[in-house]
Amino acid sequence: MESFPILSMITFLPLVGAAIILLTRMAVGAQTESDDKARGTIRMAALVITSATFLLSLWALSEFDPSSGATFQLVEEYTWFARDYAQAVNAVESINFKFGVDGMSILLVVLTTFLMPLCILASWKSITHRLADYMIAFLVLETLMLGVFCSLDLVLFYIFFEGGLIPMFIIIGIWGGKNRLYASFKFFLYTLLGSLFLLAALIYIYSTVGTTDIEVLQQHVFAENVQIWLWLAFFASFAVKLPMWPVHTWLPDAHVEAPTAGSVILAGVLLKMGGYGMLRFSLPMFPDASHLFQPLVFALSVIAVVYASLVAFRQTDMKKLIAYSSVAHMGLVTLGIFAFNEQGVQGAIYQMLSHGLISGALFLCVGVIYDREHTRDIAYYGGLVHRMPLYAALFLFFTMANVGLPGTSGFVGEITSMVGGFLAAPWAAAGAALGMIFSAVYMLHLYRETVFGEITNEKLFDIKDVDAREAGILIVLAVATLLFGILPSLIFDLSQGTTQNVLDIMNLKLTAQ
Amino acid sequence: MGWQSTAAIIIVFAPLLGAIISGFLAVTMDEKTDTSKRGGRDHIGMMITTGLLFTSAILSIAIFTSQWQGAHLDQVQVLARWLDIGSLQAFWAIRLDAISIVMLVVVTSVSSLVHLYSWGYMADERDRARFFSYLSLFTFAMLMLVTANDFIQLFFGWEGVGLASYLLIGYYYRKPSANSASIKAFVTNRVGDVGLALGIMTVFLTFGTVEFFQRPEINGVAQPLGVFDLIRENAMLTPLVSSFGEAGHAQDLSLSIFGLTAPALEIIGVLLFIGAMGKSAQLLLHVWLPDAMEGPTPVSALIHAATMVTAGVVLVCRASSVYEYTTFAANMITIVGATTALFAATVGLAQNDIKRVIAYSTCSQLGYMFFAAGVGAYSAAMFHLFTHAFFKAMLFLTAGAVIHGMHHEQDMRNMGGLRKKMPVAWLMMLIGTLAITGVGIPGTSLGFAGFFSKDAILEEAFLSGDLFSKYAFWCGITAAILTSFYSWRLMFMTFEGKTRADSHTYDHAHDAPNVMRIPLYLLAIGAVFAGVVFYSTFIKQLGTPNQEFWGNAIYSASADHAAADIEGASAGHGEPVEHGVVDTHSSEAHEQAGTSVGHGNEHPEEGGHEDAHGHHPPGWVLWAPFSAWVFGLALAVIFYLLAPSIPRGIGQRSGPMHSLLYNKWYFDEIYNFFIVRTVKGLGDLFWKVGDGKLIDGLGPDGLTSLTKAGAGRLSKLHTGYLYHYAFVILIAAVAFGAVAVFGQTGGK
Repeated sequence: MESFPILSMITFLPLVGAAIILLTRMAVGAQTESDDKARGTIRMAALVITSATFLLSLWALSEFDPSSGATFQLVEEYTWFARDYAQAVNAVESINFKFGVDGMSILLVVLTTFLMPLCILASWKSITHRLADYMIAFLVLETLMLGVFCSLDLVLFYIFFEGGLIPMFIIIGIWGGKNRLYASFKFFLYTLLGSLFLLAALIYIYSTVGTTDIEVLQQHVFAENVQIWLWLAFFASFAVKLPMWPVHTWLPDAHVEAPTAGSVILAGVLLKMGGYGMLRFSLPMFPDASHLFQPLVFALSVIAVVYASLVAFRQTDMKKLIAYSSVAHMGLVTLGIFAFNEQGVQGAIYQMLSHGLISGALFLCVGVIYDREHTRDIAYYGGLVHRMPLYAALFLFFTMANVGLPGTSGFVGEITSMVGGFLAAPWAAAGAALGMIFSAVYMLHLYRETVFGEITNEKLFDIKDVDAREAGILIVLAVATLLFGILPSLIFDLSQGTTQNVLDIMNLKLTAQ
Repeated sequence: MGWQSTAAIIIVFAPLLGAIISGFLAVTMDEKTDTSKRGGRDHIGMMITTGLLFTSAILSIAIFTSQWQGAHLDQVQVLARWLDIGSLQAFWAIRLDAISIVMLVVVTSVSSLVHLYSWGYMADERDRARFFSYLSLFTFAMLMLVTANDFIQLFFGWEGVGLASYLLIGYYYRKPSANSASIKAFVTNRVGDVGLALGIMTVFLTFGTVEFFQRPEINGVAQPLGVFDLIRENAMLTPLVSSFGEAGHAQDLSLSIFGLTAPALEIIGVLLFIGAMGKSAQLLLHVWLPDAMEGPTPVSALIHAATMVTAGVVLVCRASSVYEYTTFAANMITIVGATTALFAATVGLAQNDIKRVIAYSTCSQLGYMFFAAGVGAYSAAMFHLFTHAFFKAMLFLTAGAVIHGMHHEQDMRNMGGLRKKMPVAWLMMLIGTLAITGVGIPGTSLGFAGFFSKDAILEEAFLSGDLFSKYAFWCGITAAILTSFYSWRLMFMTFEGKTRADSHTYDHAHDAPNVMRIPLYLLAIGAVFAGVVFYSTFIKQLGTPNQEFWGNAIYSASADHAAADIEGASAGHGEPVEHGVVDTHSSEAHEQAGTSVGHGNEHPEEGGHEDAHGHHPPGWVLWAPFSAWVFGLALAVIFYLLAPSIPRGIGQRSGPMHSLLYNKWYFDEIYNFFIVRTVKGLGDLFWKVGDGKLIDGLGPDGLTSLTKAGAGRLSKLHTGYLYHYAFVILIAAVAFGAVAVFGQTGGK
């Protein structure tokens, strides 16, 4: 089994697909832009590739042994380049191409591959301009995202982590809304700013420890003052990605301008890289610094929840509202992670997955009516329930999931990360719990203004309900949201090992000193 | 586990099945679906949901009967694992004990009758499948709430009924007022829910579990004890995180959180009660309930009178083990409950909307239940909950029949003289009024349902004897006068005198069809007989729960201690104990229990010495509610039958007192001014100034304009800004890398 490089297959299959589309496009030439048949083929090709990737990732999941979820499995390792000079600090002086997954990353891999076909489907009709390029960008993006979660080498991780920026930048910049240039640059500027610190830290680590192997680094003990600087550098990068207050303002703009599928991926996967990075690096590698900065992170988390929720309530643009809601929900992730206990970390991992499903679905819900009316202005809508009963039902479901209604996955993530936070700092959990009230305020406000009431805008008189494709996408997401809400053990049992491992490493290092 | 286990599963999940089927039917229809198709689907939905609900109701009554006959059910069925993270464990489970059985019968019987009633009431509505789906969904959530064996499933039901309530209040989603009311209900409830959630977390911190009682063993392995087991055993506990408190016995463990050090049970008690205040519309969090009347009247009867709003009372009774060992929290319940009972009754005096009068009356009656629980009379609270469900549902449904017959007129000022037009409604309203005002002859078993339960509460409060209970008693008596007044006012304004309706409406006014009448008749039976039949089951003897019926479900510290004392005595001296069975038959145990109901009484054995009140309240206490009733009735007769000019004059003069009551003590205005405006203002401030001016202004936008200005010429060479940034980044990266590498090697 070990000989079969299943993770590489999953990761690079989309890239191969992108290459095929690119070659076809070059061979066929400009026809692809006008020919309906050619477009259909491209769409179908992208769908087949992403679906195949999803199936492969399910296979990987079945090969994964949850009972030892703490250890990295399905590991592949190839020497990439070795360093060899006199000042070698350590015997292990090479940067390797090393892939492997544990309970947390396999979940994120499956989340990514699961969302991708839905994104392709969501773009089925709405994207006609430079379709081939669009699909290529998404497929490349998928490879880069999967690489982030599979990498077991810091350099490799960094390449994928930063590489993901480029296709997303392009997606927003080319297929985005009116203000896309501003948004894409803001996105780029913020995330790169964070990345610089990460790069500096990476170079420092390599030059002192002599390896970038994540498994080795997790066991390495850094001096406390070094930890502080490295922690800050990593944190700068992850905080922007999540995003945490006050480096969150790129997110609403990016979401608003991104095409629907772009928003889904942004909210569903890209934001999770921040939380993933904290759990993979910050906690196990810099436990002292993590403890030191715990109050800071808690404060930022609570501010994120309250501040972003209040701002969300005042938005007039549907996507901005949901984007701010994302910021608030990510506040719970950081609260859970820095609780340093089982409930908190489990809750944070769960919340990341759950938010991926729910906010993705909410952006798709916005996309449905945006495709019809080409506006996201809340005031434009109203009374949709009279024409779109199925849409209204599905949108209501995701609204309630976002509010954290028990029975949906939103609740499980919220309550467990808050319980974790409570055990660490009751005041922080109490602050975050205010989000329970505010999320109801802004989500019900949004729902009421768009779906309920009379239809006053006559342009909406002939609006059509969701078609089979749109309903299918949303129903798949709804089923997943409900399933994990009722049987969260499906996720917890997998992430259990990682959680335990992270906490064990932390405690071991803390007590060792 | 007997047949009851299987029955319980059917009871709980049948409504869910109905909700799903009917819900699917509902989403297949939009405005353009033609009427005949629509009617057909609506009918299928109605029949399925109602049929399944009646199945649930019949099974519930069967279980209740078996418990009544002494089945002593006290069991947990685990269906599936829900949360399982370390010691944070929650299960999908069905708990059957006296509390859940009483609630099963209340919820399913009222719900099934409301389903049936709605066939008539909602006959003209366009999408009934949706309505019935919501009703059944509500029932399912409520059943999950009452059958929970841990706080997390309780929270599931708690929020689930909130969702159903939101959907049903907003059922007429074209109406802006209905939409506002539904959001107000959900959000206000959420304020309470934050308290509940924090309470649950504190429970977890203290006890390391959120389960109520121990689950049955699995493969011979005993499962961990539940919260209430631990309290009753006074087990030695260590808080999960030791920095919050020292180890100690469950009943007097102290925690230091939120900047204060207090007994853990007090903190838990207060937080849980905040949750209860939201759901049960107690003072300060009551503002949503009157507005909830925007929903169709059957909804008001089911959710906002008989069942959902009583969830808070259920929670407090369920947590009797906690409140038995608290002083502050229990007193808080007593005060809030008593004040709400009185406050809501005052507002009820001046309302003209028939449904709002009944809504405030609900609020007030819930206050009674709470202060009963607050003084430790959980069984009296549950008893009042039980009888109230029948007569209040009936009052609402009768009001619905009146509204239905009057073409959706709800203002009592436009009614009057309807007795001749609607004799059935008149009779039903009369029975309901007699029941809610607690008519009965003290000292005998003659009386309507409310007589038994309300008087039991007042007597318990009186017997309890401390200052807070006295306050509650007098609030209760005063509220009883007001209850009598506003209830009769409602009767008289609606049915007596000359009509004030316009002639067209009055001429067409009619009694309700049979499908609406039958539920009324059945509820009327409950309103008349529920008190007399079940008094001895629920209460039996003042001062202590009837262990025979309640078993483990309701806990009384004093009875427990008394039992322990006697056991100790018999073990110590080896003498035969006269009062063999402690709980109900031993008079001495009663006396002790009766006088030491006061909570937080850490020395219940002292209770025996202060038997100043004896076990039975003095005669005047028995007659006080009766006098209150007569007094209120007399006032109503004078104001609304003999001299109607008096109230009209008061209304027109609109003095400060009248305005205060008419405007519900200005709670909405105050909240709107202080809270809603603040939230909106802060939202705008954070958005426009925080994000816009500060973060973006100093951050990316500022940087962009700075670099643009500084490097304008350079960037002319390029087509976009991307290269520009990439260049800056490259330089920076090299610089950082160089510093890192050279700094390191230099250091070595």
